[in-house]
Amino acid sequence: MDFFIQLLVGGISVGFLYGLSAMGFVMIFKSSSVLNFAHGELLAIGAYFFLAFIVWAKLPFLLAFLFALLGCFLLGILIERIFLRPLIGEPLIFVIMLTVGLAAMFKGIILFTWGGNLHTYPSFLPEALSVNWGVVRIPPVYSATLAIGVLFLLLFGLFFKFSSQGIYMRSVADNQRAALSLGVHVKRVFALSWAIAALVAGMSGMVLGIINGVNVHDLSAIGLKVFPVVILGGLDSIGGAIIGGIIIGLLETFTGGYLSPSLRDVVPYIILVLILLLKPYGLFGLKEIERV
Amino acid sequence: MRKLRLHPCGNFREFYTQELTVFSTDFGRLWSAVGLMILFTAVPWLASPYMLYVINMVGIAAIAAMGLNILIGFTGQISLGHGAFLGVGAYAAAILASRFHIPFFATIPLAGLITAMVGMVFGIPSGRLKGLYLTIATLAGQFIIEYLLIHWETLTKGTAGITLPPTMLLTFSLQGDLGFYYLIFITLIGMGWIAINLTRTRYGRAFIAIRDNDRAAEGMGIPIFRYKLLSFGISSFYAGCAGALWASYMGSITVEPFNLALSVEYIAMVIIGGLGSIAGSIYGAIFITLLNEALRFMTGLLMNSGMVAASGLNMAPLREFVFGLAIVMFILVEPRGLAELWRIIRSSFRLWPFSY
Repeated sequence: MDFFIQLLVGGISVGFLYGLSAMGFVMIFKSSSVLNFAHGELLAIGAYFFLAFIVWAKLPFLLAFLFALLGCFLLGILIERIFLRPLIGEPLIFVIMLTVGLAAMFKGIILFTWGGNLHTYPSFLPEALSVNWGVVRIPPVYSATLAIGVLFLLLFGLFFKFSSQGIYMRSVADNQRAALSLGVHVKRVFALSWAIAALVAGMSGMVLGIINGVNVHDLSAIGLKVFPVVILGGLDSIGGAIIGGIIIGLLETFTGGYLSPSLRDVVPYIILVLILLLKPYGLFGLKEIERV
Repeated sequence: MRKLRLHPCGNFREFYTQELTVFSTDFGRLWSAVGLMILFTAVPWLASPYMLYVINMVGIAAIAAMGLNILIGFTGQISLGHGAFLGVGAYAAAILASRFHIPFFATIPLAGLITAMVGMVFGIPSGRLKGLYLTIATLAGQFIIEYLLIHWETLTKGTAGITLPPTMLLTFSLQGDLGFYYLIFITLIGMGWIAINLTRTRYGRAFIAIRDNDRAAEGMGIPIFRYKLLSFGISSFYAGCAGALWASYMGSITVEPFNLALSVEYIAMVIIGGLGSIAGSIYGAIFITLLNEALRFMTGLLMNSGMVAASGLNMAPLREFVFGLAIVMFILVEPRGLAELWRIIRSSFRLWPFSY
């Protein structure tokens, strides 16, 4: 029973991280229907920005966090402006391959600047955050992650629900042409959504870096893990991403614990194929997929 | 003898058959013949062993890229699993040759057929999915095949890999770069000929109809699902043959090279060469293979030159960066690829000095 509870807690915490990483991905897809294969690299860039500010520039923790977020925000705007805006209205394969090319470029830059070794942040979280509850031990990083995740989820929930920019973004996601004719500045919305998505991705990358250490190969692998998560949760549902992440995390740890450790990495993709065949719009996605 | 067709000074086609011709002028026919002559006589004697190795890799890549172009460029189904299919072909050839002692000339088409079947299994999602959902499904296919290749140890020997017996073509042994050069390029030309003619048949036109508008295609009585599966099958057949050639050429295989990066490389070849152009796939294969080799050479040179080595910078990531940059620049600047560039160059020569 202890083993089961350990797996359960481990699965939920890993899954929550997956969900958190998937949030930025869903945001980009929701507003501009771009399937972002460079998501893992965006996570990595956030983590490395944070690393640079906190280790090289020796800034205090909170300031480094804010600067890194700002850096990601600007990077998001740049990516949209330089690479994706010329492709509005182009066929799907060009957009997909562009993000694949971007991923290779970012990976090259990161490897060139920081190398492929594992970096770690100095620990700065107070021990008081850790939870001890019988067999369940949650280290402080995870409780901090939970807090940050819930905070961001709430913040963006409110942003999309009530702020005018959020409403523009939702309108563009819903129907680009109608939004355009109602006077929404669609290009600015695209730029903003890439900026916000890069910011969220960067934030997730920092959290992942705090927990597992910063390594570009691991983070870009998580960028691919995002696909089963978002397909399960529904490609355009932010809350679905979190729940999909938790389900995938649980599945992974339980197969790893009870069946075989090597099956662990491929299970999400088997689930992915099944979900696509049975319920392609995911658990919480809009049922607008075209069938042929 | 019929009248020679030379460059017309305008578009005077009256029949669809004229539109469908492979060579619009007899110059094209002549130059192709000359090119083939040079390819089979001069090139193998002039090239150094290393050059011959690179040329062989170009040939293998071109076969696989043609297959992917039939799937992506003609049928419009984006697949991220082509690298894994290549792996299936390589393993099929290796297992057939080493365990069942099938003669070499039979392993390549058999490996192609096995891969075609596997490809059709992974093409089944295309019955319900399209666009990016299908892309994600093929991505999952890539990971699942990779997992099976590593962990189905009774069949694939896992991470140890398989060593192939020496290749025998009928009675004489086929070894070294030169023998494989002829084998690879005869296969390439045969399969290229099939691919070009495929696009002119009802099957090819059905593929194009599905790419351009699947609903209209279905409305016109094309059974979409069957044709999509067929397209997956044909494309995987090409990948399987390329994989089998790769395995026999290398002599031993492991799972390592057949990862997602290889799939991405093949899509890059198809895009850089030109979507929907069989000749373009060959240009793309040449471009990417040469780029890889040039970057490997450059980084090796930079790493060994005193100044860079002293500064301690690692130049290897530069390869990844340049590779990504090439894809991005082609998509942004010339999305129709090298085939289109070549057409522009040709027509500007043809129309000179009135090239407007």
